[in-house]
Amino acid sequence: MFDSLSGKLGAVFDRLRGRGALSETDVLDALREVRLALLEADVALPVVKDFIAKVRERAVGAEVLRSVTPGQQVVKIVNDALVDALGGAGAVPLNLNAASPIPILMVGLQGSGKTTSAGKIALRLHKDKKKVLLASLDTQRPAAQLQLQLLAEKAGVGSLPIVPGETPVQIAHRAMDTARREVYDVVLLDTAGRLSIDQELMDEVRAIREATNPVETLLVVDAMTGQDAVNTAKAFNDAVGVTGIVMTRMDGDARGGAALSMRAITGAPIKLTGSGEKLDALEDFHPERIASRILGMGDIVGLVEKAAAHIDQVEAEKLAKRMMKGMFTLDDYANQLNQISKMGNLSGILGMLPGIGKIKQQLEGANLDTKIIGRQAAIISSMTKQERRQPEILKASRKKRIAAGSGMTVADVNRLLKQYDDVSTMMKRVGKMGAAGALKGMMPPSFGPRRPF
Amino acid sequence: MALGSFFSRLKQGLSRSTQKLTEGITNVFTKRKLDDAALDELEELLIGADLGPRVAARIIDNFRRTRFGKEVTDEEIKSTLATEIAAILGPVAVPLAIDPGHAPHVLMMVGVNGTGKTTTIGKLGQFYRDLGLRPMMVAGDTFRAAAVEQLQVWGQRSGVKVISGAPESDAASLAFEAIKHARDERADLLLIDTAGRLHNKSALMEELRKIIRVIRKQDPTAPHSVILVLDATTGQNAVQQVRVFKEMVDVTGLIVTKLDGSARGGVVVALAEEFGLPIHAVGVGEKLEDLRPFSPEEFAAGLVGN
Repeated sequence: MFDSLSGKLGAVFDRLRGRGALSETDVLDALREVRLALLEADVALPVVKDFIAKVRERAVGAEVLRSVTPGQQVVKIVNDALVDALGGAGAVPLNLNAASPIPILMVGLQGSGKTTSAGKIALRLHKDKKKVLLASLDTQRPAAQLQLQLLAEKAGVGSLPIVPGETPVQIAHRAMDTARREVYDVVLLDTAGRLSIDQELMDEVRAIREATNPVETLLVVDAMTGQDAVNTAKAFNDAVGVTGIVMTRMDGDARGGAALSMRAITGAPIKLTGSGEKLDALEDFHPERIASRILGMGDIVGLVEKAAAHIDQVEAEKLAKRMMKGMFTLDDYANQLNQISKMGNLSGILGMLPGIGKIKQQLEGANLDTKIIGRQAAIISSMTKQERRQPEILKASRKKRIAAGSGMTVADVNRLLKQYDDVSTMMKRVGKMGAAGALKGMMPPSFGPRRPF
Repeated sequence: MALGSFFSRLKQGLSRSTQKLTEGITNVFTKRKLDDAALDELEELLIGADLGPRVAARIIDNFRRTRFGKEVTDEEIKSTLATEIAAILGPVAVPLAIDPGHAPHVLMMVGVNGTGKTTTIGKLGQFYRDLGLRPMMVAGDTFRAAAVEQLQVWGQRSGVKVISGAPESDAASLAFEAIKHARDERADLLLIDTAGRLHNKSALMEELRKIIRVIRKQDPTAPHSVILVLDATTGQNAVQQVRVFKEMVDVTGLIVTKLDGSARGGVVVALAEEFGLPIHAVGVGEKLEDLRPFSPEEFAAGLVGN
């Protein structure tokens, strides 16, 4: 696992106790770590070098504020520079300032997620009351046109009828004609994935561009992309003039350094991010969030959003009310387990918290994962309804039956009951404290190691 | 498969991807003293090829110990570097072993979205049919729109039967039925495609484990191979991908795709060091014959441009 940058810088600056301006040596030491962190995050080397040079300029001689350590100061400078490099705070929307039908062209490597992203953008525009036509120009990959047609049906937008044997340029012309005739607002043109070094296919996408004159040419890039991001960005930008970038698979755990490379090479803003397989999993790009992620400083906003998305509001309120009354059954506990497991792998969630690098390693050592949650849920589901409501009736013979039913041991059942007990005690306390403390209760304490974070 | 044509094809694919690295090395090392600055630059070159900081540092340390301060030529650097990399990759170059005695040998293809699982299954089907086996393919990606149709097109091209279920049906029960079916039709190799999934989505990973559990009800020794398909454009996150897939579904080997692009796939070296999982094959194009056995010497030589 990567150590977080803040942790590394902490080590560098532990040696520095001085205050005043940052000296050149301080900065160089710190920047060595920054460089490594950026490379580990897959930011392309030339982009890293440029970036480091800029930060050095800003950092040397900068006054260290009285309230922060030199390490924190450098992290702040780096973070700010990173946000700038990613396009500054705030999101850049799709450009739809043109006469209808507005052509939007999707380009990128194979498997970057163009077709899925096209479907997502279509759904978003459809929700904004635009009449959208999806057209697949992918005559290369088997069934790609069918895939887009199915996505169009799901999104409730139009799709260009498939005519076998047409060339991509012919399909593009037909799409634009159809859109004019049937008064569509936006035409999304999905192209085949192509290698940036495949001259023939790059010529083809250039021809498509000339035929349709798109208002937006979106380069779709996988967030897991490594150093090759530079080549891809440059080749596509040279060939078709990229106007915006869509980063896909942002729901993975890649640091997403490719975002910085893409932005630096093309100069085009990153407009959208894909973060899931469902059609509505499309978000605006926020440079300040990805900056934290690249630096390994956590993504608090992302965490909160994730929690909000996965924790069922109604369930949570119901639970809060019950807690207030001091009622918290094993069913409630199972419910909680379920909600946590929906948020994904625990160490993934923890990874979104700042400064957690070291603890995360320990947790991984402790073999903490969602398996525990699954097992506990299994134990609870092997209980009768009455047992779940009144766990106190669980004696040896019932425990044996539950253990057998869930494929666990009696000791496991006891451990679960103990944890449930801990949680419900805490719940009662929270109940007395009022709803403000409720969020803390969403995470049963016994999942963590018994040391304070 | 003729070895000669394999080498030339792989080299063709790799030579383009390594042109940049080669140029870089040439620039840095033509008649130059191997000092700290030069070593730093070499380390950056390796990182730039996606080798990963750890592997890059190790190789550089070797150079520092043995060659520091010497006048070195471009050729020397290249050959030493190639030897280093080939030595790391040597132990993992293990061909995919299919045992028709399992009747059928069950192979599962897993990986994150968009790495080329379906394409690779299509290619493998054709490859083993040409070898005289009786393969069957299972369109187990019941999630992505038109994934089933994509595999069916491959099946039509190669004359390999494709077993499929209804859209969004349960992949595990489809796999279960498919094994029965394969036995009835005396197939000796069953290639199961699965939906792409990100390794950090525990529910989806759990679903993959379920497929395996259900398969084992038909044959307790199955799956006999679990192949993780890796996209060569992937950066350091590949390490985490392999780690999680290996832990969750006991991956038995890797296939690296898209090596015909400008990506260098250097992360493979880091993977070999960290996990030692066999690399069975590489994909260097979209055609059926573009799936090739993995050769460490060719890969390494290609990487450094020899």
